[in-house]
Amino acid sequence: MGSISSKKPGQVIVVTSGKGGVGKTTTSAAIAAGLALRGHKTVVIDFDVGLRNLDLVMGCERRVVFDFINVLNGDAKLNQALIRDKRLETLYVFPTSQTRDKDALKSEGVASVMAELRDGFDYVVCDSPAGIERGALTALYHADSAVIVTNPEVSSVRDSDRILGILAAKSRRAELNQEPVKEHLLLTRYSADRVANGEMLSVDDVKEILSIPILGVIPESESVLKASNTGTPVILDETSPAGRAYDDAVARFLGEQREMRFVVPARKSLFRTIFGRA
Amino acid sequence: MSILDFFFPKKPATAAVAKERLQIVLAHERASRDGADFLPLMKKELLAVVAKYVAVKEDMIRVRLGRDGSASILKINVEFESPRRTARAMGA
Repeated sequence: MGSISSKKPGQVIVVTSGKGGVGKTTTSAAIAAGLALRGHKTVVIDFDVGLRNLDLVMGCERRVVFDFINVLNGDAKLNQALIRDKRLETLYVFPTSQTRDKDALKSEGVASVMAELRDGFDYVVCDSPAGIERGALTALYHADSAVIVTNPEVSSVRDSDRILGILAAKSRRAELNQEPVKEHLLLTRYSADRVANGEMLSVDDVKEILSIPILGVIPESESVLKASNTGTPVILDETSPAGRAYDDAVARFLGEQREMRFVVPARKSLFRTIFGRA
Repeated sequence: MSILDFFFPKKPATAAVAKERLQIVLAHERASRDGADFLPLMKKELLAVVAKYVAVKEDMIRVRLGRDGSASILKINVEFESPRRTARAMGA
């Protein structure tokens, strides 16, 4: 794996949601690291122009020299802007720019950069900004598959539905009348206890409403904050429930069958067994 | 059911409310999204056909595109006055 030349073109995965704050960057970092862990040559790109954050989550913020916009403007070569991860040999980070110019992402330029990345990598993970503006549209345009990050909560589910509509209508695959972008639902910040109490939409509820296949359920977990504090993709924390759930999701993405974990409440304490609730 | 549940009954499950509200709002939004292209024209043509046989007015026909799981559902709702009254109205 991780061959360089004359390989088949890499697959582009967009991590998107519509709504902000649901865990797109955490997910992009985790999925990219998970793919790289399995030996696939992977690059993760920050499409959130003006609000660069993937570099922090990946822990390479002090190594950014050139960015996406520098490459688009011809001020730097692609390989000058790519940052090699210090933990995983086959993982690269492509940071975005801090510019306030919202039109900095020119579509022709992006297309040629994406083509170059497809040639050089097995997987190209695109971390989309929130919203349905240019950055988000550009991030999803080139996708072969999409990971729709959704919280079990009304506004997030609604926005995910909206993004699914845009994927079906405005992606490159849609424009070229090709096979549609493959959709995957990833539920994050899931609390099996609250679902059991009827306070939170369940996996099945969200699956039924959005009617797309489920890639994984990531439990609400303290380890996500700890991971971003230290700039480590949470999937590298094998002891954390969120890390294990992301590992399952990556395995499923690659075609493995894995049973869904963290969707039923953890074993109850003696107190809860006696009193029926806590 | 534990003894606590008897003294402090649980509030109704809000997740079910969330699900129902989402299903309703998304049905509307998908209808306007998916149907923007052909629904108005189809409605007009349907109205013309129906009007050949019964007396209908434009606001009496409703065309909606919804979804149930992976299947799309086209709902056409035509209201018209009862045949007898219609016949009398047309005969007059």
